[in-house]
Amino acid sequence: MERWRKRHPATDETRPLALASEGAHGIILDAVNVAARDEGAKPGQRLTDARATCPELGIEFSDRAGDARHLARLGHWAQRWSPWTAVDGADGLLLDCTGAAHCFGGEQAMWEAIGEAFAALGFAVRLAFAPTIGAAWALARFGASNRIGVEKQMLPAALAPLPVESLRIDPATALLLRRLGLKTVGTFRDIPTPALARRFRRRRGELANPLRRLRQAYGEAEEVTAPLTPLPVYRAARRVAEPVQHVAVLQPILADLAEQLCRDLAAGQRGLRRVRFEAFRIDGHVAQLEVETAAPVRSPEHIAGLFAERIEKLDAGFGFDAFALTALWHETMEARQQGLEEDEMKGIALPHLLDRLRMRLGADNVSLPAPYPSHLPERSLVWHGGQDAVRSLAAPPGPERERPIRLFDRPEPVTVIYATPDGPPRRFRWRRRLHDVAKVQGPERIAPEWWRERSHVRLRDYYKVEDREGRRFWICRNGVADDGRGGPPQWFVHGLFF
Amino acid sequence: MADKHCRYLAARLPAPAAPGDSFCPARATLQEIFGAPNDAAAIGLALSQIASHGSKPLFWVQEAKALKATGRVFAHGLPPPLRRPVLHVVARNARDALWAMEEGLKCPALGAVIGELHGNPRALDFTASRRLAVAAERYGVPAFLIRTEGEADLSGARRRWRVESNPSLVHPYDPKAPGAPAWSLDLFRARDLRPGRWDTVYDRAAHRLDLVPRTGDGALAQAASRYG
Repeated sequence: MERWRKRHPATDETRPLALASEGAHGIILDAVNVAARDEGAKPGQRLTDARATCPELGIEFSDRAGDARHLARLGHWAQRWSPWTAVDGADGLLLDCTGAAHCFGGEQAMWEAIGEAFAALGFAVRLAFAPTIGAAWALARFGASNRIGVEKQMLPAALAPLPVESLRIDPATALLLRRLGLKTVGTFRDIPTPALARRFRRRRGELANPLRRLRQAYGEAEEVTAPLTPLPVYRAARRVAEPVQHVAVLQPILADLAEQLCRDLAAGQRGLRRVRFEAFRIDGHVAQLEVETAAPVRSPEHIAGLFAERIEKLDAGFGFDAFALTALWHETMEARQQGLEEDEMKGIALPHLLDRLRMRLGADNVSLPAPYPSHLPERSLVWHGGQDAVRSLAAPPGPERERPIRLFDRPEPVTVIYATPDGPPRRFRWRRRLHDVAKVQGPERIAPEWWRERSHVRLRDYYKVEDREGRRFWICRNGVADDGRGGPPQWFVHGLFF
Repeated sequence: MADKHCRYLAARLPAPAAPGDSFCPARATLQEIFGAPNDAAAIGLALSQIASHGSKPLFWVQEAKALKATGRVFAHGLPPPLRRPVLHVVARNARDALWAMEEGLKCPALGAVIGELHGNPRALDFTASRRLAVAAERYGVPAFLIRTEGEADLSGARRRWRVESNPSLVHPYDPKAPGAPAWSLDLFRARDLRPGRWDTVYDRAAHRLDLVPRTGDGALAQAASRYG
């Protein structure tokens, strides 16, 4: 509802309005505004029932997928308070702020900060702090006020007056409990567990087993949920007092973060392979940059340098106010003495060179050709640009025959002016220039790889020819006459010898 | 007057007396080699100047235009003494290619940096080539700038060559086949060597350049290089 209201700011708030979607038995209301609620419309109601109590109710169709996407974005944005955030259902966010509160001046201050931030985004938010996920869920949705914080000792007292629906169970189970006369969590808790365990023993699903949910809420059973991003171990974060609008200011901040991160990594003897830089914008957007390195690195200048070009293209909008640098992938990297003298290390190392080349020119344009077992010349080298290529820097073994130093990606056709029968041309035209052949070596016959190619691919006869000026070419004839695989064979220049 | 002075200076420079390794500069520096796009002799000269000992990888930068005009480097075609890993980079334009070369020159783990540019790009001015030369000398990585269809304008390269293919020597076993590659070298500007023209033959197995008489019998020259 609030997302819709933000999108349509000029709506009259006094008119009752609801967002609805198609249900199994007609149109069902998903969300209602204040005016409609005062008139008696409720979420979950059918449209016809709602129209009966409130005839002038306006209807807009709701956008569930958009809501989910927005909630996920908010979840990422909420990582500014804690790296462990998860989307909870269709309307909730879950933050594990264990050990995070002191960064924001205590739980109370953190609370207020979160409340204010969401209010600034235009969302009404109900916050609850509790020692367990279940309790926080229940208090946020069914608690008496918008802001509830509960310590461990106070937990039973806080949970007792809540209705049984607050145990995160499906409506059918809640109805069953109500029929049993168990209306609040407190009364349910008071009944000895063995008496109820028999009744619910067949209920395997979490949503259908109220006993398990009860134990989770009171912290007697472990509960795990997956956070939005895998738990990062190495992370450096920083907030600034004034939002940063000029990307030029980001460079020193990034350098600081990189140094902090590298110090942590050095303590753990780890080296970075993939790192992400996040800049949190005040309007709820997160700008992310990711970088991969060819070998583990731990030098702040190198990390900052890798981001340096792309950071200029970030859209600052209304300004960034928080930044984080996270190691997404790290490997063991032992500490090594750099040398006794300060300026011993001269120049840059090969893996660093690779990183810089890949960053600026694109990973596809940087390659380490490696030999491949194929007798076709264009397949005998693989131009892979893999990340682990530094280790495979091995010399290609020489082929048995002499090969040209240049190979055209696409063999270039030549016009044969004067040919010898079944032999190389005596005179040919290539790139609008006539070449008179003086010396010939060959042919070297290279057959197609019949196990992977189609049957009409023709064999090739390669000749090393030299023209009168002394230029040496590697020319080939594609097919032989009367091989039944197409018309007369064509000639190509495939390479150059020095 | 200036011309006279230059000639005087050139006369004092050493001339390459014996064939072979004497073309190799004493320390790593930048050399610029001009050649035709349909002639791989320029590459041949560059490769012949790379020291054969060691196994440091070669760093090869090709501008996209040069790649299209002259073809991609084929690692299997390297002469046997230079069979070593190749790090190959395709740059979109001359600016990126020069940047990549300079980055490569800062990396002493590389055996040589070879860059190929097509035509006369604006980015390649005196400053750019001088930067390459200084980086090559500072970090001790030999650098070669191969220019196809380029005009020899101002450059900071220490040696500037024009290279063309010559008819090859006679193949020892097959009189009809091309033999050892021969090039005519024209050193038209150099700092540490007297400019001149030579006809040379490259010996693939021994990885060295042999001088041959400029006009003469190819077979005789081959005999001279074999026995002399």
